[in-house]
Formats: sequence, C-alpha cells, structure tokens
Amino acid sequence: MTAIAAETSADPIIRVEHVHKWFGSLHVLRDVSLEVASGEVVVIIGPSGSGKSTLLRCLNGLEVPQQGRIVVNGIELTKNPRNINRVRAEVGMVFQQFNLFPHLTALENITLAQRVVRRRSRAEAERIARALLEKVGIPDKADAYPAQLSGGQQQRVAIARALAMNPKIMLFDEPTSALDPEMIKEVLDVMRDLAREGMTMLVVTHEMGFAREVADRIAFMDQGQIVEVGTPETFFRSPKEARTQAFLSKIL
Amino acid sequence: MERIPWWALLLVAAGLFVAVGIQRSEVYRETLDFLASGVLLTLVLTVLSYALALVLGLVAGLMRISNNPWISTPATLYVEVVRGVPLLVLLLYIAFVLTPALADATGIGWWRNEIVRGVLGLGIGYGAYLAEVYRAGIESIPRGQREAALSLGMSYAQAMRYVILPQALRVVLPALGNDFIALLKDSSLASVLSVQELTYSGNLLNARTFRAFETYNMVALLYLLMTLAGSAGVRLLERVTAGGRG
Repeated sequence: MTAIAAETSADPIIRVEHVHKWFGSLHVLRDVSLEVASGEVVVIIGPSGSGKSTLLRCLNGLEVPQQGRIVVNGIELTKNPRNINRVRAEVGMVFQQFNLFPHLTALENITLAQRVVRRRSRAEAERIARALLEKVGIPDKADAYPAQLSGGQQQRVAIARALAMNPKIMLFDEPTSALDPEMIKEVLDVMRDLAREGMTMLVVTHEMGFAREVADRIAFMDQGQIVEVGTPETFFRSPKEARTQAFLSKIL
Repeated sequence: MERIPWWALLLVAAGLFVAVGIQRSEVYRETLDFLASGVLLTLVLTVLSYALALVLGLVAGLMRISNNPWISTPATLYVEVVRGVPLLVLLLYIAFVLTPALADATGIGWWRNEIVRGVLGLGIGYGAYLAEVYRAGIESIPRGQREAALSLGMSYAQAMRYVILPQALRVVLPALGNDFIALLKDSSLASVLSVQELTYSGNLLNARTFRAFETYNMVALLYLLMTLAGSAGVRLLERVTAGGRG
C-alpha cells in the first residue's frame, strides 16, 4: 500500500460501519461500510433503487439507519440525534431537484442560512454570496427568483448556497439528473473546480465521464450493498465482480 | 388591470340607488343611525376574534403535523371537537359554562364581559377551522424544501419560520380570506350573548318600532357592504403578495 492509502485509513472524515436501513419491510441498505478521507472525491454509481441516495441522506441525518455506526468529521451521528445539527453545519448537500427556496431571490437563498445559522451580518453574508455567485459563473443573477432561472443556473445557485456555509464535505445527490443535456456541463464544471480545490465530495451520479475524470475512487452499489470500490482505472478497465461487469456492460 | 366585471357595475348602480333612497327616507335614516354603533361592534368583534383564531389556528396547525403524539393528539382533539359542535352551541357553552367558571375560579370579573365571551367563542371556534387551513398549506409545500433547509443546518423551527411558512401562507391566503368573511357573518351569532352588534341592534330596533321590513333590509345591506369590502380587500392582498414572486 502507498503512503496515501495508509493516511486514508488512519483518519477518515466519513466513516460508515455496517449500516442497515429498512423502509418498512424493504431492506434498502444491507451492511454498508465505507470510509472517505479528507479531500477525497468518491463517486457512487449503480442502478436506481440500489440505495445510493439513501446512503448519502444517512450522512447528514435526512435518513436515520436502524443499525450500524456513522461518524462524520469526528461526530458520531448514530449515537445522539442532537449531533445531527452539528454535522449538518459541516456537510453541504445538493439535491437532484435543486430545492431552492422559490420565495427568495438567488442572493437571499444563499444568505438565509448564513444569517440564521452562522449568525453573519447581512453585509458579510451578501459579500460571500456575491463572491460565490461569481465563482459558479452567474454573478448577474443575484436578484433573480428561482423561477426565472434555467435548471443549470438553479443548480449552480444551490451549490453556492451549500458552499456559503463553509462545509468540510459536500454531498451531491444526482445533481445533473433533472437537467437538460446542454446544462449538464455547466454544473459539472463547477463540481470539477470544487474537487480540484480539495473539497471532500461524495457524488451520486450517472455521469460516467465525470466519474472517470474526477473521482479518486468509485463505489458501485447494487441491491443495498456496496459491491465493489476501486480507482476509476481499475474499476472501469478490470471490474472484479460479476454484478459490476453486468452494470458496466449496460451503460458503457 | 383586469376588466371590471359586469356584476360589479350592477352592484354599484344598485348601491347608488339604495343610497339615494335611504338618504330621502326618514325611516331608513333613523334605522341607519340606530344601527351604526352595531356595525362598529360587529367589526370590532370580527377583527378581535379573527386575530385570536389566527393565533390559535397556527399553534394548533403546527401541533397537528408533529410526529410526537403527545403534541399532535391534543390539537387533533381540539379540531375534531370544535368542528363537530355547532358554532352557536359552542358560543353558548363558552359564554354560560366556561367563562363563568373561569370568572369564579380566578376572581377576575371581565371573564363575564359579553364582548370577551363573544371573542373567545368565535375565536376558539374559527381557530379549529384555521388549524386545518394552515395544516393543508404546510403539507402542500414539497418535502425537499424542508430537507434543503435542514441540510443547511437550520433547526426545525427556523425551517418553518423562514422557508415553509412564508410559502404556505401564500398558498392559504385565499382560504384565510374566505374564513374572515365567514367569521364576519357568523359574528351575528354573538347576538344571543347580548353583544350589541349589528344583528342584536336590529332585533332591538324591530322590537321597539315593529318596522321589520326596513330594519332587516338595512341589517342585510350593511352585512353585504362589509363582506364585499372584505373580499375586495382579500383580493388586493393576494395581488400584492403574488407580486414578489416574479
């Protein structure tokens, strides 16, 4: 093993251990374990209904697993429900459906949580918001309402909104699946920049090009289990498991 | 600016006709003078009980959507009981059972005041309807809105206050306006508690003069004027709040 891998196992920022989750009688996560190092980009792929989104949602407490242990940024999420708010402040999430607040402008979407959660002044929150809108490439849309923006612009505002909280980890739940094809690139470009800056990212996506290029590791999930984890190179070129091979043969 | 509907023109014409008629008739003028204080009290009663209902309804509506049965069950009980009892019976019960008991227990005399009783009865009654309006509004907001707010680190209360309620209120504004007008009409029930509002004043005048025709014409007309003004106000409010959406 290389030195990087040793460091990875020493101090993971996300540690998921033997997690089980049921929705009623449906067993959606079966003994899932995963470690993510600080600064690492892990892309989760797999067929729909395989539990990818549920796993992501467990990491910021939107779903609570019935069994197992989840530690994020040194805080054990599964032990005390009160820890959820502390974890959420450090973990940004981007949703498939953007979930911008429709009654607020783009700028207000980005400043709201800064002001009520981080207690920043209006001036400081707006300065940060404008800088982030600049960063995601739409500085001129500060005063637009979500309904006036395209899907790609909305998703970039949503990314800026999450980044404004200075998260240590960013979770992306199929961020481009609701977008028209010509808007996918503008969102992926923002995510690629973010990865390059060293953000720890967990990305559920069907964009194989993005996974191959940006991911440090790729995890393949099927039927509630993590079937295989590997670097993009080994994962795409020589997948070990039969289920991975079958999935890849369908999509590539 | 949308076109003025024909029925509004008709109403204005009829209103002018009536106004001129009233102005020229001694009897109607006297009736109007006598009922004027009743109109004022009807408005006071309506506004105060609606304010109470808005607060009670919001609290009960928020309690009803709680996952904790210790919080949601009392609210459900309140809504079901109050909705299941005729408003008139509820008013009588509050005025002649509940508030006298409260007055005796606390030694505070103003529980026996008929306006306090009327406001309490109407407010508690309409609070139950408004609780359901709020609940429906809150539940109409997509789940993703709450999840986005929570994942930004907001507490449940902050998500409600800054994200869910501002959107829900916009959805329920027409229903809230409807209930305001319904409450204005139902405030006439307070006449049985000897609140000297418009209906009570009308009954009083009729008993004194036996001019039922003129008296109740005037009473009905005054209610109509108030409710029409009310619905015009609600429509204006809807247009103003819809403006910010872009």
